[in-house]
Amino acid sequence: MSVDLSVNIAGVTFKNPVMDASGTFGSGMEYSEFTDLNKLGAVVTKGVSDVPWEGNPTPRIAETPSGMMNAIGLQNPGIDVFIERDLKFLEDFDTNVIVNVCGHREEEYLTVVERLADRKRVQMLEINVSCPNVKTGGIAFGTDAGMLEHITSEIKKKAAQPVIMKLSPNVTDIAEMGRAAEAGGADAISLINTLMAMKIDIYKRDFAIANKTGGLSGPAIRPVAVRMVYDVSHAVKVPVIGMGGITSGEDAIEFMMAGASAVAVGMYNFHDPGAMLKVIKGIEDFCEKTGVKAVNEIIGCVG
Amino acid sequence: MINEKAVVTENKKLAEGVFSTVFRTEAAGICKAGQFVMVGTGSDSRLLKRPISISGADPVSGEIRLVYRTVGYGTTELSLSKEGDSFDILGPAGNGFPVEKAADRQHILLVAGGIGAPPLLYLVRELKKQGIDRDRITAVLGYRGEKYGLFLKDEFENEANVVLSSDDGSVGVHGTVMDAIGEKVTEADMIFACGPLGMLKAVKGYALEKGIPAYISLEEKMACGVGACLGCIVKTAGVDSHSHVNNARICTEGPVFEASEVMI
Repeated sequence: MSVDLSVNIAGVTFKNPVMDASGTFGSGMEYSEFTDLNKLGAVVTKGVSDVPWEGNPTPRIAETPSGMMNAIGLQNPGIDVFIERDLKFLEDFDTNVIVNVCGHREEEYLTVVERLADRKRVQMLEINVSCPNVKTGGIAFGTDAGMLEHITSEIKKKAAQPVIMKLSPNVTDIAEMGRAAEAGGADAISLINTLMAMKIDIYKRDFAIANKTGGLSGPAIRPVAVRMVYDVSHAVKVPVIGMGGITSGEDAIEFMMAGASAVAVGMYNFHDPGAMLKVIKGIEDFCEKTGVKAVNEIIGCVG
Repeated sequence: MINEKAVVTENKKLAEGVFSTVFRTEAAGICKAGQFVMVGTGSDSRLLKRPISISGADPVSGEIRLVYRTVGYGTTELSLSKEGDSFDILGPAGNGFPVEKAADRQHILLVAGGIGAPPLLYLVRELKKQGIDRDRITAVLGYRGEKYGLFLKDEFENEANVVLSSDDGSVGVHGTVMDAIGEKVTEADMIFACGPLGMLKAVKGYALEKGIPAYISLEEKMACGVGACLGCIVKTAGVDSHSHVNNARICTEGPVFEASEVMI
């Protein structure tokens, strides 16, 4: 029996429901030695802004139990280099490309969105309104429902590709944020971004990360993420992409049963540079074992 | 880069908290002095690999040697390993020392602070293989003191002139490696260094003052080890050609940098 792994999100067909979580995979270049990008449902690029960003001071990362914290600060070379180098590199691969867009101010997001409008290689945009590690913008748009709806609608006016709004878990009511994104016209919603966290080196009497706080990711946050995917997918009609600590096909299936139409692998790429291929295989194995003919049958199946 | 389970063929203690572990891995056939490997833990809750410099490689036996200090869970687990145990290894990573730049140099100075010595042991052996005579190489090794163990000292002495320093004065010059250089080193026309950040800053200052080219090996907390996560950057004097900002990735553009290129 061959399992149909394809899924559809906002009119875009994915050969399977597995992609990387933005920021954990570059633009695929560094990992293409370990993972055949043609086998992925999509490559989600690291966040790109209108001009180059320097990011935060080091240390930028710390290991935590079953996870890690990061405060990279969205370092990126800017949209010009991104188009010339990263998008050009991705031309050679048969997979969807989702470009993650970041900014401090509304105009900066819109500049990037407009620059990508005529890029045929880009199937979807993912808007990062949820990075906890940049001082202004970013997460501010993702933690206020009114601002989220507003920026979503402004982006939708300029975007040529379907728009995914990536939500922050650092809110009281995640379902309200999902509804705000949908009301603004989002074509899909992805969640969760990292949970704001802190680690202290008690022997140095100092923060483990120079930014003091960082975003927590990895298996430690998975149950929180599954709950939030469930909450949002039951509050909106648009498709949801779920992420947070996925390490295996079983983990991915759990997110899909909670309501995700597709999933992203984040921190686990660092643990195993071939992780996503194993997740895809694991999904297929689960379906074969339990008699699922098409993986989209299980989306939201737990009610 | 190789991504595989590598088998431990030897593990021994060199000094208090310092161990030497040998792995059989395909990385042995392709690595260079100054490169490192990412070593996985066997724990489900410690998910990041640990960057550890390579202190020697034998392409014939297919083995690499890692010498490291136990600082946390990963290195402690490695230190307790036995022949036949296996660990996830990703590498070799990074650029390595520019061995070829030393070819015409007459007074090559290696500066090692504490656990900075292991990659320089690999380097000194590569320099010798390039036909550089031991009289052209001086290795300054800084230790805490004799009672803490003078790990790798004998191996360096087999390859080069060795000058020692110790924090407690029990061996060599009483003080830092810079004190030892001040007292014992009269000439240098090339420097390779690895050690704590404070020492590398001093080496950079010394090299700039004397106009000597210096290559220093940096370390930083890493997540991916392959250049994707941007966790391990160092500020650079000029705009980096990959990042397009004044940041270079220690795991990829480094860990070895020409001292004047990095803002340490």
